[in-house]
Amino acid sequence: MDFGLSEEQELLQETVRGFVRGECPTPRLREIYDAGGFEPALWKGLAELGCAGLALPEAHGGAGLELLECALVAEALGAGAFPSPFLGHTLAGLALGLAGSEAQQRRWLPALASGDALATIALGERGERWLPEDWTARLAGGRLSGSKAFVPFGARADLLVVGTAGGGLALAERGASGLRCEPLDSLDRTQGVDLLHFAETPAEALPGGAAAAGRVVDAALVLLAADAFGAAGRMIELTRDYVLARKQFGQPLAQFQAVKHQLANLLTDTEPCRGLVWFAAHAFDHRPEEASKAAAIAKAHVTEVAMDVGRGAFELHGGIGFTWECDLQFWYKRALFDRQLFGAPDLHHDRNARLAGW
Amino acid sequence: MDLRHSPEHEAFRAEARAFLREAWPPRGEEAALPEERQHALFRERAVARGYLFREIPRRYGGSEQPSDAIRDAILLEEFAASGVPGSLPSVGPAMLAPTLLEWGSDSQKERFIPPTLRHEIRWCQGYSEPGAGSDLASLTSRAELAGGEWVIHGHKVWTSLAGEADWMFGLFRTEPDAPKHAGISYLLVPMKQPGVRVAPLRQMNGGAEFYEVTFDGARTAADNLLGQRGEGWKVSRSTLVHERKLIGDPNYIRRLFNGVVELARRSERGGRPALEDPGIRRRLSRLEGALLAQEYTNLRQLSASAKGEFMKVMTAMLVTKLHSTNLTQAITRLAVDLIGGEALVMPSDEEAQGYTIPKLTAGAWLSQSMFTIATSIAGGASNIQRNIIGERVLGLPRDLRPPR
Repeated sequence: MDFGLSEEQELLQETVRGFVRGECPTPRLREIYDAGGFEPALWKGLAELGCAGLALPEAHGGAGLELLECALVAEALGAGAFPSPFLGHTLAGLALGLAGSEAQQRRWLPALASGDALATIALGERGERWLPEDWTARLAGGRLSGSKAFVPFGARADLLVVGTAGGGLALAERGASGLRCEPLDSLDRTQGVDLLHFAETPAEALPGGAAAAGRVVDAALVLLAADAFGAAGRMIELTRDYVLARKQFGQPLAQFQAVKHQLANLLTDTEPCRGLVWFAAHAFDHRPEEASKAAAIAKAHVTEVAMDVGRGAFELHGGIGFTWECDLQFWYKRALFDRQLFGAPDLHHDRNARLAGW
Repeated sequence: MDLRHSPEHEAFRAEARAFLREAWPPRGEEAALPEERQHALFRERAVARGYLFREIPRRYGGSEQPSDAIRDAILLEEFAASGVPGSLPSVGPAMLAPTLLEWGSDSQKERFIPPTLRHEIRWCQGYSEPGAGSDLASLTSRAELAGGEWVIHGHKVWTSLAGEADWMFGLFRTEPDAPKHAGISYLLVPMKQPGVRVAPLRQMNGGAEFYEVTFDGARTAADNLLGQRGEGWKVSRSTLVHERKLIGDPNYIRRLFNGVVELARRSERGGRPALEDPGIRRRLSRLEGALLAQEYTNLRQLSASAKGEFMKVMTAMLVTKLHSTNLTQAITRLAVDLIGGEALVMPSDEEAQGYTIPKLTAGAWLSQSMFTIATSIAGGASNIQRNIIGERVLGLPRDLRPPR
């Protein structure tokens, strides 16, 4: 029995953490943020570390790793509020690996693994239609029609994995006829989202889509939980640094026991989430019968904790925390993204209750 | 990462389970023996198989097994699941015996450890005082050497098991002129003597599992001292390390939670099982999220312990008590909501018994909810936990303290 990370897993996470710290320290993050939130060089750097194809098969140029490694990277990226299309790209690759035909995989996976092509997932629809049974976009005769909402990097992606009515998956390419992108002014600019409209757009089904769609959603929930866990930890660090530096009544805020206890409470709720994320990621590859429930509860619990941490972090920052100038906003918005995309906690608590057999 | 036990550990679990099925409850002629004798027979057999007192050398009556955190955890689970009496291991074998191994002289070890393991000497722990709770080192119960004996005056409180104990291990001020912590010694004191008075403390739930102990000229031999004079604080820290072995049922919170799910199944809301109520379902799911987070954190700690990598789980170790306390309180709060108006009725004496998994009676749940409130204090008050987390994990400054 070993519920811990291997040396290789620790090294991977530490490498990505170091890369994020080195390439995107907070002043740089702020510059990128103010310029729109996407910096191709950062994504290229992450891809050079192998992070564009972590869970893709080695035969197609990927690293052949599992969702746990992806989650460890997501945590490190969340901790840095790192602007990158990692989430959508990883999930799209996973979908292709799970459900794509031999030809589809041969055509796309090597370019996705190297980062030469950028992919994303276009699954959810407005009206809180996040789950395969909710999707309404129609694929018929190789033509796709419908709208997809809150697609991460939808305007930039070369390849789209689209959720279709009946819970299937389809592939569409950037620039295809009838595909219109409606850019949104994203709250979290580090993971910008767009609306996509398809009108008789050429698309091909992923043959294993019906079986894989639920798995792709599970993976999304795990990665969002991991990202939120990273963001929560960083908000605690930022707040610790702030209360140590800021003085009122002639002493650092940290000297006030009320402040110390509030911060201790946030950490007490956050640290146990680590195991919840690890288990959900591990279950995805090794305990398929438990995977959906583990993903649902991880997403619901961890993103809720992360928002509580955000609320407490603001309170401890005082008025400065509410300003655009304060860095805390990057992580608060990141945590809010992780919480809202693919459904807020109640949706997954209700699913968890069903999956528990209650 | 691999959540399956190794074949060796699975085999170990199967053997332990088979042994427990065989060894408890007593059958045939043994079923007619007095309870004490039944327990003694069980202990002898469990020691012979290497399942009990694993860190204690054979010459003192232990089973002297190689250290293995996973085997220890398997045994805790199997013992808890088997219905073997919860007094195994109790305070003496679990806490004092390892402390004696670390700090005792050879003659102290020989004199005290074997009868402690055989439950011929039963122990209680004398730490807290009416004036010394979280600030334990301010304790004032004092012991003075006179005629080759320590003569003790003072008052201990929250002393579990004092009613039945033969001896107390505890902290007493022996060096009144030394600084606070340096003036304390760790003494072993016989309880059955004229200068010791033991009185039960009645709790708000009606139970009485704790005692207060008054010393008025009680005596113990000069050499019933563990460590040197003034080293008592240090000795007590190593006893504290062993306290976790006392935590009887590692799956207590899980059982508590499963009990509440069952309670929701049996309770009615609008003529339907409460478990079908969307609000109840969400509350249960939120609790399960925190419960799973706690369980996987425990697993992380177990794995790290097995590999000796304590630093990797230091934060988890330090937040666990507070997180579990909050969680058990939230679980029993839901139970109280489910029993509804029944919570207006005082639990019976039987329902008020102990920190155990309640039978599914309303009074037992109500009593349990009051017990979980007490866990905010027992074993380290929550606000002290918050100080420790703030200072040791987050690196926040220590509280301003008055001079010692």
